[in-house]
Amino acid sequence: MPLMQREVPLGLRRRLLVALAGSIVGFVVLLGQLWNLQILQGEEMRASSESNRIRLRRVQATRGTVLDRHRRVIVDSRPSFDAVLVPEDARDLPLTIETLAQLLRHSTAEMHTLLAQTSERPPFEELTVKRDLSWDEVVALETHQLELPGVSLQITPRRSYPLGTELAHLIGYVGEASPQDLAADPRYRMGDLVGKAGLEKELEQHLRGVSGGQQVEVDAVGRRLRVLREVEEIPGSIVQLTIDLDLQSAAAGALGARDGVVVALDPNNGDILAFVNHPAFDPNLFARGIRGDEWRALVGDPLKPLNDRAIQGQYPPGSTFKIVVATAALDENVINPFTRISCGGGVWFGNRYFRCWKKGGHGSMNVHDALVNSCDVFFYQVAQRLGVDAIARYARAFGLGAPTGIALEHEQKGIIPDTDWKRQRFKQPWYAGETLSVAIGQGYVTATPLQMANLIASVAVGKHFRPRYVAHVETPDGEVVHTDAPEVRGVLEVRDTTMRQVRDALRDVVGRGTGKKAQVKGIEVAGKTGTSQVVTLGKERIKASKLPRNQRDHAWFVAYAPTEDPQIAVVTLVEHAEGGGGAVAAPIAQQVMETFFRLKTERESGYAQDRSPADHTF
Amino acid sequence: MLRIDRRLITHFDWLLLVCTLLVIGCGLVTVLSATHSPGRLVSPLAVRQAMWAGAGLICMLLALSFDYHWLERYGWIPYVLGIILLLAVTVAGSSGGGARRWIDLGPVSLQPSEFAKLALIIALVRYLHRQAGDTPLTLRALIVPFALLVPVAALILKQPDLGTAVVVCMTAGMVLLLSGLRLRWILAVAAVVVPVAPYLWHHLKPYQQRRILTFIDPQADPLGAGYHIIQSKIAIGSGLLHGKGFLRGTQNHLNFLPEQHTDFIFAVFAEEWGFIGATILVVLYAALLMRCFVIAFRARDSFGVLLAFGLTAGIFCQVFVNMGMAMGVLPVVGVTLPFFSYGGSSMLACMVAIGLLMNISMRRFTF
Repeated sequence: MPLMQREVPLGLRRRLLVALAGSIVGFVVLLGQLWNLQILQGEEMRASSESNRIRLRRVQATRGTVLDRHRRVIVDSRPSFDAVLVPEDARDLPLTIETLAQLLRHSTAEMHTLLAQTSERPPFEELTVKRDLSWDEVVALETHQLELPGVSLQITPRRSYPLGTELAHLIGYVGEASPQDLAADPRYRMGDLVGKAGLEKELEQHLRGVSGGQQVEVDAVGRRLRVLREVEEIPGSIVQLTIDLDLQSAAAGALGARDGVVVALDPNNGDILAFVNHPAFDPNLFARGIRGDEWRALVGDPLKPLNDRAIQGQYPPGSTFKIVVATAALDENVINPFTRISCGGGVWFGNRYFRCWKKGGHGSMNVHDALVNSCDVFFYQVAQRLGVDAIARYARAFGLGAPTGIALEHEQKGIIPDTDWKRQRFKQPWYAGETLSVAIGQGYVTATPLQMANLIASVAVGKHFRPRYVAHVETPDGEVVHTDAPEVRGVLEVRDTTMRQVRDALRDVVGRGTGKKAQVKGIEVAGKTGTSQVVTLGKERIKASKLPRNQRDHAWFVAYAPTEDPQIAVVTLVEHAEGGGGAVAAPIAQQVMETFFRLKTERESGYAQDRSPADHTF
Repeated sequence: MLRIDRRLITHFDWLLLVCTLLVIGCGLVTVLSATHSPGRLVSPLAVRQAMWAGAGLICMLLALSFDYHWLERYGWIPYVLGIILLLAVTVAGSSGGGARRWIDLGPVSLQPSEFAKLALIIALVRYLHRQAGDTPLTLRALIVPFALLVPVAALILKQPDLGTAVVVCMTAGMVLLLSGLRLRWILAVAAVVVPVAPYLWHHLKPYQQRRILTFIDPQADPLGAGYHIIQSKIAIGSGLLHGKGFLRGTQNHLNFLPEQHTDFIFAVFAEEWGFIGATILVVLYAALLMRCFVIAFRARDSFGVLLAFGLTAGIFCQVFVNMGMAMGVLPVVGVTLPFFSYGGSSMLACMVAIGLLMNISMRRFTF
């Protein structure tokens, strides 16, 4: 033995003893904790495990409020009663679900999908059966509480959209987190409300806040006894928009029941002041959980109320596009302000006759008169001299043919055709005759209404910004956490004289031309009408009332005011209108601008005191 | 090599075997309870676990049948195999619960991290026993142990299996300390690790981060990991002195306990058998490990001492971490309870460790 021990160093044996002592201490610690849990705290723990059960209740943070630029409420949250079910606490689950279906007037089919859901989840997790119960349903559940073990009422904040359908496309909607949402972000839990579209989705990170939680003791039938532990939720941030609610409702009122778009923005920074889309949907439907039939009705509606026409609708811009052609022609010196072209009501190109909208012709015109009267023949001729590629280059400088970059999903970019585009798209050369269609904003040319707002803003101030709708985001304590700084998206690099000539012509469009109905008392307005054809091009125009609705023309009007110091740019589009841009679209823009300047004077002179922040925030 | 003469059989370590079998028996009963469903007494999982225990006994016999000095020369072979298996998991592993930990082999699946842990201990000891003595380890002597440890720990962490990675690092640390690592080098390593920690933290999965945060402050997340700790403590505490009785644990059978047949199996046992039963189990584990220490003391040479200690430390760390976690004195990191939790790989690896310990014990008088 002594011989063997010498082979193992003494230090090693000493350290082995220390390790042995250490492990004994470890076991003593474990035994001590066993004593602590089972003997000292045992009765308490036994009580917890037997008569009481502990449930986890997640408290989703109240979503942030959305305000307009004068801090009036656009989107808010209000308390709502939800029915929740803990499957494990239900003694007879099928019976409980059947009783629930009767009390909540659910179809049995819906209840069966609910049953299917419960089988995929841990039985101790709460399942929301129905959101936002009516008062009758709340009373019914309360009185039948004893027959419904496992069912309880929960008060949760519910999204509320007091504006209804107005501004719906910008606001978007919320819905329960989908499996994809749950997989993408571990902070989401089943049943959480998540922004699904519009600013509700774009600003999700700011609006949602941080969820809290409670450990709740419940009795054998699932009634809450007391809250054991609680982590306070942090409510979502407040989003202040650039929208002016007064202007928004004036614009919505002006458009009325017609389908179309009205967008007003500040050309100096891209602030969207009004954003009207019609037809629209009611985000409140989504907030309370949209029913299957309601969803199918929205999706199946041929008018597509879910579409955000302002950024997704791609329409031929019609005569409003002449702004681009005129600017290009003057700046490229294809014409000068005195170049005159004669309009005899149409022009032959190849074997095809291109008509002017005025059957008898306009006679001899310069570019100014051609814009004021929207003479087609003048622009047919000018466009031939320019060529399509030059026109396309200028169109892009005005912001067409590319997304505006607004922070909303699924924005379309329209089409600005040129020879390359045609070759790639159709594997065909560009035919000179097609340039004539482009000259009057027809043919392949399409643009979204928001792009057209940028176009007219470019005329107004020589550049356009990325349209923005968020002024800033602040925490409930008022700390600003996010601002959306103005961002120039395009600068119109043309000579000052060119710009002046185009602006003067647009002023006279409203002053004495096709856009007279946009005149605002005391304010000088510049604008351009447009009537874009939906079906056949170049044929004689037929009175709208004689055509079926979906073959009628679209009416456009783009404008800014005042001419000397532009403060507002407006675009109006009426789909399949009962008349042309000057007759239908211009009056709408007129109402928007008139309201804008009336409000401005009122606010400056203090009449708008009832709109002061103190009265309208919470 | 396969030289089992009579002298060896007379020195067979019956005490260690009895302790091991008693623990395994308790484990089988508890797996049966944890996986029990009404209407069927013996669950298929319990049957499988019994078969694994049988296979474990065979592995134990294999592990004691050769002279452990063979490992002094060829101890790197299991290490290389272990690394290959771990790499295979990252390539062809099957996933469960968001982690890739298993290799599917038809009817059974293997968890290579359990074997890699064992292989790492052997490789470490093989290298260190030459250095071990009365002179403290130099810093240079630490390069190889770290080069051995890092790939294993990193591959396990990547699966991700934080619990096993922690146990592997703890075990390696203990072996290094026993070989004469000076405390000041540990401080030096800490000085390196602490600045790197935020980077490592970043690489942990969110649920792992939550668990560590929850241990530091259980209030921070009463919904996730904090819930597990509380439910586990309630299960253990509600057992009182005598326990609720076999198959009568309400926390267990009402599904309050997560991972009730693997990570939280101790809570199931303590709930059903009470303070008396739990104390007996802890004492059984203590006895088993004390026996292992005795083997280390009696070993013939420093390789035997270190190897016996390394295996002992591996078992001890895992027992301590698992029980400590269930009782709420350590964070929830998800390791199995050796010989007890459901799981074939864990059982086989632990039985191989026991076999090696017996191997050392039996050959303490041979030359």
